Amino acid sequence: MGNKLRNSPRAYIVRLELADRPGELLRVLEPISSSGGNLLSIFHERGDITPRGKIPVEIDLECSPDQFESILSTYSDLDIHVTQSGEELYEGELIVLLIGDAISNNLSSVIASIDASGSVAVIESSVNRSIESPTEASSILRLAIKEGDQKQAIDSVRSIVSGYGLHFMTTTDNGVSQ
Amino acid sequence: MPLGDASLEDVFESNYDVLIEATPTTLKSAEPAFSHIKMALETDRHVVLANKGPVAERFEELQSIADGSKGTLRFEATVGGAIPVLSTIEDINPKTVTSVKGILNGTSNFILTRMAAKNLSYSHVLSEAQELGVAEADPIFDVGGIDTALKCVIISNVLSGGGFRLSDAEVEGIQHISNHALNLADKSGLTIRLVGEATREGVNVAPMLVPKTEDLAVEGTQNIVQIATEHGGILSLAGPGAGGDPTASAIFLDLQRLIV
Repeated sequence: MGNKLRNSPRAYIVRLELADRPGELLRVLEPISSSGGNLLSIFHERGDITPRGKIPVEIDLECSPDQFESILSTYSDLDIHVTQSGEELYEGELIVLLIGDAISNNLSSVIASIDASGSVAVIESSVNRSIESPTEASSILRLAIKEGDQKQAIDSVRSIVSGYGLHFMTTTDNGVSQ
Repeated sequence: MPLGDASLEDVFESNYDVLIEATPTTLKSAEPAFSHIKMALETDRHVVLANKGPVAERFEELQSIADGSKGTLRFEATVGGAIPVLSTIEDINPKTVTSVKGILNGTSNFILTRMAAKNLSYSHVLSEAQELGVAEADPIFDVGGIDTALKCVIISNVLSGGGFRLSDAEVEGIQHISNHALNLADKSGLTIRLVGEATREGVNVAPMLVPKTEDLAVEGTQNIVQIATEHGGILSLAGPGAGGDPTASAIFLDLQRLIV
């Protein structure tokens, strides 16, 4: 990882405990969007209730350190219980290109499945459609590796997207030769 | 087609020092090339090979025949045309080479380069390539990654003293690459190349994203090979990977090495 500008955007992780009532999740996400942060993924485990009857939630987001401070202070004003927070130590980044029909009709579901794997988070996506046949499209995803090494992340993403019938490729610098 | 009416056996009865075996590549049994090489080596002649089949499919058998012969088997022309890939690996010692990666098929590289440059579809550029004689009427050997895989299998065999054949390679071709995918890659400063990788663990051939500014992003029918070494970093060798003259120059390189 190269040098970062002091206030440049970076990945953060926030673990929270929410009361089990309607509108709670929205209340937690609102400060992120109003501060200009970029939401990467949310894990909301309704089945995994804490001894105090709360629901644990993990949020991955991208924002500047200043924005992150402001999000945390809003949470404290709103009495939202933050159990853990900090800059996420990503293992690295991965760029993948996907080709196939599922890009035009199912991309959000593809991205959700990749995020739900827990090993990577989708930071950015772009799509290009075929002019000749509109169902055909391709997408480039920029992924942050959260767990395990690059090879494991590649294998995990490859197996998820092949379930959608998508062709998968990644960059050569993930290869064996240094 | 054979020239003249003498039988093949008569050729081996004649007075010669080196057999140059340049019959078309055949897979699995790699015949008739395999028997030709065997006949020459068993009578202590040298063999210079341009046919990929025998060293990709029956490397260990050939090695043991060569070990029992006063003749030497060389096969520079089987990988990378005029680029001295195998001689370079030999010179720097295969034991110190960790992996070899490259663009080893001019036909598929021509197709990908032109699709990206002119925003043309795969089938359109393939038919152009066939008209130009850059692609065969049945293009699967090139665009399906088989030719690249054979060359990588040969390299893996050289690195580990045998043990690999085509059926061990993981191979994916370029038939499903679309111009919208190439366009999208282009916007991120990337392009798509059919990359072959050979290590002691095995062979992998697949289309990959390559930064446009990298050496690996060679254009047209050019080939490139990157040899990763334990102590010398990565060595890049680029040049024409196929055709009559490049293949002949590789054969002459082997002949020269036999004289020395």
